[in-house]
Amino acid sequence: MPPITDDLIAQHHLTRDEYQRIVTILGRDPNLTELGMFSVMWSEHCSYKSSRVHLNKLPTSGPRVVQGPGENAGAVDIGDGLCAVFKMESHNHPSFIEPYQGAATGVGGILRDIFTMGARPIALLDSLRFGELNVSQNRRLMKGVVAGIAGYGNCMGVPTVGGETVFNEIYSLNPLVNVLCLGIAEKDKIFRGAAAGIGNPVIYFGSKTGRDGIHGATMASDSFDDESERKRPTVQVGDPFQEKLLLEACLELMAADLLVGIQDMGAAGLTSSSCEMASRAGTGIELDVALVPRREPGMTPYEVMLSESQERMLMVAKAGKEDECIAICRKWDLDVAVIGWVTGDGVLRVKDQGTIVAEIPAKALADEGPRYDRPYSPPAYQDLLTNLNYDVIPDVKDANAALLSLLESPTIASKRWIYEQYDHMVRTNTVVRPGSDAAVVRIKGTPKAVAMTIDCNSRYCLLNPYEGARLAVAEAARNLVCSGAEPIGLTDCLNFGNPERPDIMWQFVMAVEGLADACEFLKIPVVSGNVSFYNETNGLSIYPTPMVGMVGLIDRVERAMTQWFKEEGDDIILLGATRDDLGGSEYLKIMHSREQGSPPFLNMEAEKALHDCVLTLVRGGLVQSAHDCSDGGLAVALAESCLSAPGRQLGAAVQLTRGRLRKDAVLFGESQSRVVLSAKPAHREAVLERAKSFAVPAAVIGTVGGDRLVVSLGDERSAANVIDAPLSTLHDRWARSLERVLNET
Amino acid sequence: MNIGVVVFPGSNCDHDCRYVFRDVLGQDVTMVWHKERSVSGLDAIVLPGGFSYGDYLRTGAIARFSPVMEAVREYAEEGGLVLGICNGFQILLEAGLLPGAMLRNDSLHFICRDVYVKVENAATPFTGACESGQVLQIPIAHADGHYYADPVTVASLKANAQIVFRYCMPDGRVTKEANPNGSLDNIAGICNAAGNVLGMMPHPERCAESILSNDDGRIILASMVEGLKKRRRAEEWGEISEVQGNKAVIPSRAEDGLKIRGGRGKV
Repeated sequence: MPPITDDLIAQHHLTRDEYQRIVTILGRDPNLTELGMFSVMWSEHCSYKSSRVHLNKLPTSGPRVVQGPGENAGAVDIGDGLCAVFKMESHNHPSFIEPYQGAATGVGGILRDIFTMGARPIALLDSLRFGELNVSQNRRLMKGVVAGIAGYGNCMGVPTVGGETVFNEIYSLNPLVNVLCLGIAEKDKIFRGAAAGIGNPVIYFGSKTGRDGIHGATMASDSFDDESERKRPTVQVGDPFQEKLLLEACLELMAADLLVGIQDMGAAGLTSSSCEMASRAGTGIELDVALVPRREPGMTPYEVMLSESQERMLMVAKAGKEDECIAICRKWDLDVAVIGWVTGDGVLRVKDQGTIVAEIPAKALADEGPRYDRPYSPPAYQDLLTNLNYDVIPDVKDANAALLSLLESPTIASKRWIYEQYDHMVRTNTVVRPGSDAAVVRIKGTPKAVAMTIDCNSRYCLLNPYEGARLAVAEAARNLVCSGAEPIGLTDCLNFGNPERPDIMWQFVMAVEGLADACEFLKIPVVSGNVSFYNETNGLSIYPTPMVGMVGLIDRVERAMTQWFKEEGDDIILLGATRDDLGGSEYLKIMHSREQGSPPFLNMEAEKALHDCVLTLVRGGLVQSAHDCSDGGLAVALAESCLSAPGRQLGAAVQLTRGRLRKDAVLFGESQSRVVLSAKPAHREAVLERAKSFAVPAAVIGTVGGDRLVVSLGDERSAANVIDAPLSTLHDRWARSLERVLNET
Repeated sequence: MNIGVVVFPGSNCDHDCRYVFRDVLGQDVTMVWHKERSVSGLDAIVLPGGFSYGDYLRTGAIARFSPVMEAVREYAEEGGLVLGICNGFQILLEAGLLPGAMLRNDSLHFICRDVYVKVENAATPFTGACESGQVLQIPIAHADGHYYADPVTVASLKANAQIVFRYCMPDGRVTKEANPNGSLDNIAGICNAAGNVLGMMPHPERCAESILSNDDGRIILASMVEGLKKRRRAEEWGEISEVQGNKAVIPSRAEDGLKIRGGRGKV
């Protein structure tokens, strides 16, 4: 073993202080294997050392919470003895280096987190961020990521039912790939990653261990520069077929009541799974790397302990049940080996053919890493971003043209090119397919369904990270109620730049506080999540992007609601108030090349009243469609209500009044707490009355029908058509925009 | 009826097939592990969709060597009903139970969406409740669905009415535009000469309930079940039990009052 030098410590991304802490814990200098194990477990990615003190602010409890943060995934009670198990995770860094495998293994990792808990995964969603598609490199990254998600998820037989994709130049050198997985488990049969019971066997199963992905977690805890391409060897290679076998084997093992604890080998591989399981149970683990099935000869203990080869699991079986476990693994053609046992001394002891090669207190490795309360302060440029003099921006002249431009901008355009590459119907539960406000998946054997959405407007977060995070929570919840679901739980994926920079840390702290306040107010617990720092390349950080994944419950699946107009002659009703909210809008970006101003105003009480109102209307069967107003404002929401129908599209004639507002604010401003409904005329009075009872502003603004979208804007004296376009034109721009730009070479 | 659903490593529509036959159509379902060597006692066999053996090498190329496939071959030769959906179709091609081969989709992408297919042969055990020319809306989900065969094979498929489904427009016109994957002659499903083995790329099990936005697929699966019931009745009455040459005689057209919901009407 080489001596531990300052260089070696630096190569392992450990600071001098952190190294000293290791020496204190061990009472001696670590050897190289131990240094490697500490370096991955104490990396930002695994230890949350910069974020932990702030994450504690998030509300994590509630009457439905079965499992909060700290396990492989969170779990929320959905009745009928079942719970929804879900989590979202990032795979940003690997996806930039190698988009197909990076995205594919991101899907693989989150799937394992879910089935490790004893839940069969029933849905995947992806939230993606890329640079603008006029740059060929961004098109390449996007094609690779989408193909990687498809390649893995489709093969696994888990439908990819939703998500969102946003394009902004800022993500050119640091795309984001966040994947959410939801599974269903019996409430009293949730498995946890604890190595309890001294003497119980520790069993490795799944794929063989290779040299791939060594120091993946450390790579994911670093910024990028022009040399990042060279990090390709740190990206793992996925094999969804192995994972499918692993999934079926795990569920069979769990059903056979053989296990004490189980955990997947994700970031930091065998090191993290063994020390975390021991730490949770307050035990130790002794294992021999010589017993680990390997892909190639000559691997050192260092390599075996740090490999991030995919599709591997570690289980602690009940004593005496080894043979049954092994038989099930063999049935599914998986490699399997008893590699050690649970001990009572709290130490993770690694041997190589009987010789001790590492000896570290498991708790110190897993849970006693450094914690930093890093300094934070708002950046000097913050005021420049928010101060916007609207007088210099002329009001819209040709609203028709502006609407067309917005509809074909990739962020707003139909994402059909993406979701048609994903199998979104397998398992025959997908009641609302991609392309509505939230995806809805039924729970077989019950009358229920779950609705899922991911939302985050990172431009809002750039302009005001606290407000941006609150807005993300509000929008996610709004999408769920529009689908007829009551929000019951949240998972987050917090994507930020370098936390060692006070301005980035300020963005993070503000966003976490915004999330916490919004969740507290709406009583939605945060049950799982993930932090991804160091999303910067050559010193340029991404916009703060606290992705919010939210899950809602629908009591009766047939009441699931969709966003598109259903019937000629229906009333179109706008819930909520329209204000001068142009700041941070997609309209300002597309039409005026400005990403400035203050994000839209959000009053949580008004937002909550809107949610209660929409849920009551949908559950009461009083509305035919419900669509959240978000990117592109009211005009885009109306167009989407016309265009997104899978069958026949219906036009609309809408009359809006502007009062003292700018035209562009009325049409394209992104005022919050608004929903576009359609309802049968016979239900008009009932809808308006209910809205009044919730103190939600409501107005009949038009009628469904025809093959054009016509919007007039005026006051009591006069009105003029400002938008008037055939659906065929609107549809062509909106539906074909992505494929057109992606077909450019 | 007792429907066998074969489970290969990597099958992922096996649960969906079980659900549709058991919970939607009320039949018994037996899951058949791919290492089994006998399929006796089953009234029909379904090879479900998925990625058997990860689709490594070529779709269906490894699954055809699974022990169960020898039993499936014998079962088919004796006239038993075999339905291969998507990956199941690909396996039937590789196993030689159906002629031809699959190529990558023309787009080179996986495609998951609803398509329309026209029932070209309503006289098979799988389409007995359909009208000839009926248009069904059924989803596809595959990366390798471009059916290909040499001209002689295609001519004989046509001559024997073995082309059962073709991709079409909602109004039934068979056009290039309606073809999602470049499949030869818009072929979406074919049967063997005897008519008891059907392979189809679209997934009828995904659209057999109205809550899933469409139940057109139900007519195909229900045709199978009703045809089997009718055959059993006939066998019990001793009317039809012989096998003529290699051709099973199976009452196929549902005549006596069998009406199954679903379908887009006649063209």
